[in-house]
Amino acid sequence: MLIFSFFKTLTDQVITVELKNDLSITGTLKSVDQFLNIRLDGISVEDPERHPHMLAVKNCFIRGSVVRYVRMAARSVDTTLLEDATRREAKEAKK
Amino acid sequence: MDALIPFTTSGSLVDLVDKKVLVVLRDGRKLIGVFRSYDQFANFLLESCIERIHFKFEYADKDIGVLLVRGENVVALGEIDLIAEDMVPLQERSWNEVEEKINDDNKRRERDHAIKDKVLGSIGFVNEGREGDAY
Repeated sequence: MLIFSFFKTLTDQVITVELKNDLSITGTLKSVDQFLNIRLDGISVEDPERHPHMLAVKNCFIRGSVVRYVRMAARSVDTTLLEDATRREAKEAKK
Repeated sequence: MDALIPFTTSGSLVDLVDKKVLVVLRDGRKLIGVFRSYDQFANFLLESCIERIHFKFEYADKDIGVLLVRGENVVALGEIDLIAEDMVPLQERSWNEVEEKINDDNKRRERDHAIKDKVLGSIGFVNEGREGDAY
């Protein structure tokens, strides 16, 4: 659940999602669910010549299972907070 | 426990219902249709569906009709912006023409791969994975 919560804190930030088929989509994160399915708004594709079908698409839903990486700005991550939360969750799990 | 978590997939897709959408499948196929229904597994129901193939900036369509896409095959679902769609520099061609170009391109790529594998193999590199093997 931690990563799900973390993604929720990234809402309304610009992220780049790299899919397993090497397609990279950049856009504003609109929503994320428990499967880490992602909704992006105002999207752009890294290599439009290789992916001409994405030209007319402005917002999209990405299935969580096909995501390889999510790239985000370093400033949108509070590492200390995330570490604390990880420890807390690990402790909860032990109980 | 899991049953208590509400499915937010449902909440996030409700605004796409009855819109023209593009669905990209794991095998690389692109489907365009009217988005009618879905569930928490990302199973989709598309009406007036067409399959579209692309070669560079040329494309061709084939009618399919009503289609229920099983969620596991879905890569992405995009809403087609109807205004942007008219401005896109794509040209429609006949299905056979585009298919032939794609096949030629694939054949050429296969040949290039075979040569590359042979050269790399001769100096001890092992070929692992092909395009589209990632899923």
